[in-house]
Amino acid sequence: MSTELDALYQEIILDHYKNPHHKGLRDPFEAEVHHVNPTCGDEVTLRVHLSDGPDGQLVEDVSYDALGCSISQASASVLTDLVIGKPVADAMEIHQEFLTLMQGKGTVEPDEETLEDGIAFAGVAKFPARVKCALLSWMAWKDATAQALETTGGKV
Amino acid sequence: MEGLLPDLDIIRKDFPILARTVADGQPLVYLDSANTSQKPQVVIDTMVDHLERHNANIARAMHTLGAESTEAFEAARDKVAAFIGAPEREGVVFTKNITEALNLLSNTFAWAEGDLRVGPGDEIVITEMEHHSNIVPWQLLTERTGATLRWFGLTDDGRLDLSDIDELINERTKVVSLTWVSNMLGTVNPVREIADKAHAVGAVVIVDAAQAVPQLPVDVIASGADFLGFTGHKAVGPTGIGVLWGKPELLNALPPFHGGGEMIETVTMERSTYAKAPHRFEAGTPPIVEAVGLGAAVDYLGHLGMEAVHAHEQAITGYALEGLASVAGLTVLGPLDAASRGGAISFELAGVHPHDVAQVLDSRGVAIRAGHHCAKPAHARFGVQASCRMSSYLYTTPGEIDALVDALEYTRSYFRLG
Repeated sequence: MSTELDALYQEIILDHYKNPHHKGLRDPFEAEVHHVNPTCGDEVTLRVHLSDGPDGQLVEDVSYDALGCSISQASASVLTDLVIGKPVADAMEIHQEFLTLMQGKGTVEPDEETLEDGIAFAGVAKFPARVKCALLSWMAWKDATAQALETTGGKV
Repeated sequence: MEGLLPDLDIIRKDFPILARTVADGQPLVYLDSANTSQKPQVVIDTMVDHLERHNANIARAMHTLGAESTEAFEAARDKVAAFIGAPEREGVVFTKNITEALNLLSNTFAWAEGDLRVGPGDEIVITEMEHHSNIVPWQLLTERTGATLRWFGLTDDGRLDLSDIDELINERTKVVSLTWVSNMLGTVNPVREIADKAHAVGAVVIVDAAQAVPQLPVDVIASGADFLGFTGHKAVGPTGIGVLWGKPELLNALPPFHGGGEMIETVTMERSTYAKAPHRFEAGTPPIVEAVGLGAAVDYLGHLGMEAVHAHEQAITGYALEGLASVAGLTVLGPLDAASRGGAISFELAGVHPHDVAQVLDSRGVAIRAGHHCAKPAHARFGVQASCRMSSYLYTTPGEIDALVDALEYTRSYFRLG
């Protein structure tokens, strides 16, 4: 049927949607945020737990509870896979790369080394109405991480 | 099928956009008319003709074009008045849309002197099925004035729960504001019955007719409303133009909303006096060409006949409810009998989020809306965060409903729901 549609709903996205990773809200955490997409009503509550690592702070855990479409749910799942266990500085770079991919209107070639399953979202970038779905949890994570850094007084 | 508009094929030719193809050459199946309706050629042509031949500002230009433009604008007011059964043209105020009409009322009630003033201890009654535009302005008003906001709840089948009407509408009630036809549940509300109760305690009644005016024969006096608003673009007219109808004596008892040109009698540096309705509420240059377009739109609907449009809507809605019931895992929100509802049908498809349903349908050329339809409280009442909504109109064919049902079956297979 529609190749555009298949580009949007990659197998990887549907897999993450059906079996989301790291879902649920967990303790401990230093910051919790609640983000909504007011136009469609998608919501995410997301917690970030940081720990001290040898080279600055580490993303120890990201836990979340989300309501929304397959794109927003799968995106939250992929986010957690990509950032948990990474130094905050590296995770922020991944965040930036995902943001660039999503805002590239389908012209950015994703790097599988960095984005792993996140490359499946390249097709979403061609659907302007869905970019916000893919970015909801990523924006929530960035916000929560900034707040967590403030409370821990930690540096990146 | 009984009840369909005669010559539906010819009527569809009046709407050029319906000949469009989308999604790699598939015919457009437009089922988002409760969001905005499509426009017939006569509306488009009337607006183009006005811009090409008669464009001038109204009510102030002492030249031929100014006179023509003023005449076209005021003729649109007459057409709208006749279309909704308003006895006096002075009761028809042009606004940007119904949202502005409701904000006009909620603001001026706070500023009014006398009977219409809303203050501490007063109660405003709305319903749980309102569009955000008939909730938020009243929240703002009650928060600012110390009045209390109350509302009718909903029954499980999506109707107003009137069991506590005698308690809800009482001697403290100042305003009852409710939708005639729900944009989410499709429910047609017993506006007259509620209006009579409200009038018995001296409250004024505001009717949100955004979904009613496009679909039902509307007579503002028979409805029991004191004020009634609608928006042009849902009734085959352009965006940017809406109507607030009010009983002229009530409109003239309200203070101005926006200050500016055209709403005054006289202005000095110290103070001003104000024109009577409708100009009292039409400060500044209005959306002239949009009003002229709305005049053409209500003429078009008048030619079809609103009884016939309503019968068509009922026939299509009944057929759609049958078709949707045949899709496994699909649940309709709101009343299940076509006779007591309008043409907007919200539904859920188990296992697929509404945005994903809408996306897959779009790949088949079928346009529906997904989300909360600006009715978050009504969704919360039924424990859902978002829904899909198909909404038909006078140009919808049974074949388009078949295309929707096919596309929903395809969606189920695309997401592997057996």
